[in-house]
Amino acid sequence: MIRKEMIAMLLAGGQGSRLGVLTSKLAKPAVPFGGKYKIIDFPLSNCINSGIDTVGVLTQYQPLRLNRHIGIGIPWDLDRNIGGVTVLPPYETSNNSEWYTGTANAVYQNYEYMEYYNPEYVLILSGDHIYKMDYEVMLEYHKQKNADITIATIQVPMEDAKRYGIVITDKTERIVDFEEKPEQPRSNKASMGIYIFKWKVLKEALSSMSKQTACDFGKHIIPYCFKSGKRIYSYSYNGYWKDVGTLESYWKANMELIDLVPEFNLYEEFWKIYTKSDIIPPQYISSDAKVARSIVGEGTEVRGTVYNSVIGVGVIIEEGCEIRDSIIMSHTVIKKGSKINKAIIAENCTIGEQVEIGFLEEIDNLVAPHIYNSGLATIGEFSVIPDKVKIGKNIAISGITEPDDYVNGVLESGETLIKAGEK
Amino acid sequence: MRVLGIILAGGNNNKMDQLVEKRAVAAMPIAGSFRSIDFALSSMTNSGIQKVAILTQYNARSLNEHLSSSKWWDFGRKKGGLYVFTPTITNENSHWYRGTADAIYQNLTYLKNSHEPYVVIAAGDGIYKLDYNKVLEYHIEKKADITVVCKEMQPEWDDLTRFGIVKTDDENRIISLEEKPKVVTSHLVSTGIYILRRRQLIELVEEAVEKGGYNLVTDILIDAVQSRRVYSYKMDSYWSNMSTVQAYYKTNMDFLNKDIRDYFYREYPSIYSKIDDLPPAKFNGGAVVKNSLISSGCIINGNVTDSVLFKKVFVGNNCTIKNSIILNDVYIGDNTYIENCIVESRDTIRPNSNYTASEGTIKVVVEKNERYTQ
Repeated sequence: MIRKEMIAMLLAGGQGSRLGVLTSKLAKPAVPFGGKYKIIDFPLSNCINSGIDTVGVLTQYQPLRLNRHIGIGIPWDLDRNIGGVTVLPPYETSNNSEWYTGTANAVYQNYEYMEYYNPEYVLILSGDHIYKMDYEVMLEYHKQKNADITIATIQVPMEDAKRYGIVITDKTERIVDFEEKPEQPRSNKASMGIYIFKWKVLKEALSSMSKQTACDFGKHIIPYCFKSGKRIYSYSYNGYWKDVGTLESYWKANMELIDLVPEFNLYEEFWKIYTKSDIIPPQYISSDAKVARSIVGEGTEVRGTVYNSVIGVGVIIEEGCEIRDSIIMSHTVIKKGSKINKAIIAENCTIGEQVEIGFLEEIDNLVAPHIYNSGLATIGEFSVIPDKVKIGKNIAISGITEPDDYVNGVLESGETLIKAGEK
Repeated sequence: MRVLGIILAGGNNNKMDQLVEKRAVAAMPIAGSFRSIDFALSSMTNSGIQKVAILTQYNARSLNEHLSSSKWWDFGRKKGGLYVFTPTITNENSHWYRGTADAIYQNLTYLKNSHEPYVVIAAGDGIYKLDYNKVLEYHIEKKADITVVCKEMQPEWDDLTRFGIVKTDDENRIISLEEKPKVVTSHLVSTGIYILRRRQLIELVEEAVEKGGYNLVTDILIDAVQSRRVYSYKMDSYWSNMSTVQAYYKTNMDFLNKDIRDYFYREYPSIYSKIDDLPPAKFNGGAVVKNSLISSGCIINGNVTDSVLFKKVFVGNNCTIKNSIILNDVYIGDNTYIENCIVESRDTIRPNSNYTASEGTIKVVVEKNERYTQ
C-alpha cells in the first residue's frame, strides 16, 4: 500500500441553520455557490490541488445530496485505488451508537479510518468556507516549525475579532494563548478551523478526551493539547477566505464574483475548482435578452434581462423577466414577465408569470430577523410561486405555494411562508 | 450485450480547409461544448453498447486528448471498454491504414476475440442521436445481411454529391449505392452507420483486403448491394455530417434553432463529453449578446450576435462578433470586428482587427499571434 503522508478529514455534517430555507433539505456544504459549484467543492479542490488524495468526508445532516454530489470522487480526481474520497456517516456499533456530537467527536468516531492509513499528519477541514489554499505549503511550515499542531489563521478587522476564535502568538508564531469570541480581543488573528495535527498527537488527544460530551476541536481538543504543552503554531494565511454562514454574507460573496477582476478569481488556470457537472451544453442568450454584469451557468436559456446576478446551470428565464442583484440556482424556471430584485432563489423552483419579488417596502422579518434580513427575499428549493403575486423583502418561502397563500395576491415584507409536507 | 461498436475516426477531409490541419474531423468541436465523436459515442453508450473500438490515424492528438479517459461516456467498465486503435507495425504488416476496410482488417483480432454477434459501424463525424437497438431490431426483422442507416436530405441547401446516394425498392432493400456520384438521382444518403453480423464483417473484410480492396464502401458495400440483402433504415430525426466548411458552419448554426437545441441539449438521452472544469460564463458591463450560444469559461465585454462561442473565449471591449463561430480558447482583443467567420481554436486576435467575409461566404481565420493576458 502506498503510504500517505497526510490525509484530510473534511467536516461536512453541519446544517448551517443561519442559511434558513436554503439548508432545510441539504447540508451547508451542499449549498450551491457561484453558479455551478457547491460549497464543498472548494475544500475538495484545494485537497487535490495540494496533492492530498485521501479525504474522509464526515456527513450527518441531510447527506443524500452531498453523497450524490461526491459519488466516488470522479470530478476531483479522487477516485483512487488506494485512498480517494470516502463518505463517513455516523454508524452503529455493538456497545455504543451515537450521532456525531461535535467536530472532534465525529473525527474520533472515525479513528479506524485514519488508523488504516496511518499517516504522518492529519488535516482537519470544514466544508463551509470559500477559499483557495495550498495545504502543502501549510504542511511545509508545520514541519519547519516542528509543530505538533498548526492552526491556519487569518487577520480580521479588530472590531470583528470578537466573533471569532482568536489566537495570541509570540514572535515565532507559536501560540501562547487562546480566546474564544473575546469581548476585548488581544489580537486579530482568527482561527480558520483548518488544523494540521501530527497523527500521534491527534490520536492521543482524541483518546484522552473521548469521554468529553460534544467534543469539539476549538473548545476541547486544542485547549487540551495546549495545556499539555504541545507545540501549537499559527500559520498566517492572507488570501481570500469567506465564511458564507449567513444569507447576507452568502449573497455578498456570490455578488463579488461578478466584479470585473474579482478578488476571488474562478478563471485562474493554476488552481482550478472542480465540481460535478451534470450539464454540458452551452447557454443560449436570445435576441430579446440583455445580460450584463453577471455570471451564467451551462445550459441556461435567457430570454429576459439579467443584471448583476449569478445564474446557475439549466435555468430558464423567459421573455420580459427582469432579474437584478439576485442569485438564481440551477434548474429553476422563471416565467414570463416576472421581476426579481435582490433575491436568493434555490434549485428547481418554478416562479410563475408576472411575479414581483423584492419590491415592497422593507420590514424586518417577524419570525427570524437574525436569519432573514438585509432586504433579501429567500426562496427554498423545489418551491413553486403562483402567477401574478407580489412578494416583499426579508421574506422566506419554501414549498409549493398556492394563490390562496397570498392575501390579495401579496406576501408582505417580513413574512415567512413555509409549506411543510411537500417535497 | 449483443452489439459491439466500431467508430471510424481516421479520416482527413480536404474540404474542411485549414480546420482539419490541426485535428481529425471526429475531433472537430461542435455545438459549443462538444466534439463530433461525442455523438456516436453517446449514442452507443445510450444504446447499451459496452465495448467500442475507435480506429484513428490522421492527426489524432486532439482526438486522443479528448478520449484520454473513457469515463465521460461510461465506458470504463470491466466488461467491455473503449479501445483506441492506431496503426502499428507488426511482423506481417507495416502499412498505415490504407482505407476503412483495411483499418478494420488490421484490427481483426479485436473482432475475432469478441463474442458479440453484431457490430455497429459508425462514422465519427455525424451529428445525431440514434438508438442502435432499433436499427438492430429492424436488421433482424428484415433478415438483412447489412443494414445501412440512411437519411432523406434537403437538396436545396446541401450539395448531395458529397454523400453516398442510395436507392431502395418498396421494401427498403437497397438496389443501388453510388459513392459521391456526379449526378444525384435520389435524395436518400447513407449516414455511414451500418449494422451487420460480426462473422460476416470478418469474412467481408478478409475477402476484400486479400483482393486489394481497402475501402468499406467502394470495395465491400457496393458489391454487397448486388450479392447480398442490404437494407436501408431510414432515420427521421436530425442528422448532419460536417464534411465541408459550409456544412460545419451550418451544423453549428443549427443549434441556434430552439427545436434542434432542445432535442440535443434537453431531451432524453443526453450527449456526453469530456468535462473541462471551466467556470460559468461571465458577462461584464459592456456585454451585449443576442441570439447566441455561449459556453463555459467565456468572458464577454463586447457585442455578440447570431454566433456560437465555444469554451473559454475572451471577447474584448467594444468588439462586434456577427454570424460567426469562435472555437475554443480564442482571445479577441478590443475593438475587433468579426463577421461570417470561423475563428480557429487557440487563436489570438490583436486589438482593432477586422475579419469580414461577404454574406453567404465563410472565412476561416487562423491567427497565431503572441498572447499577453493579465
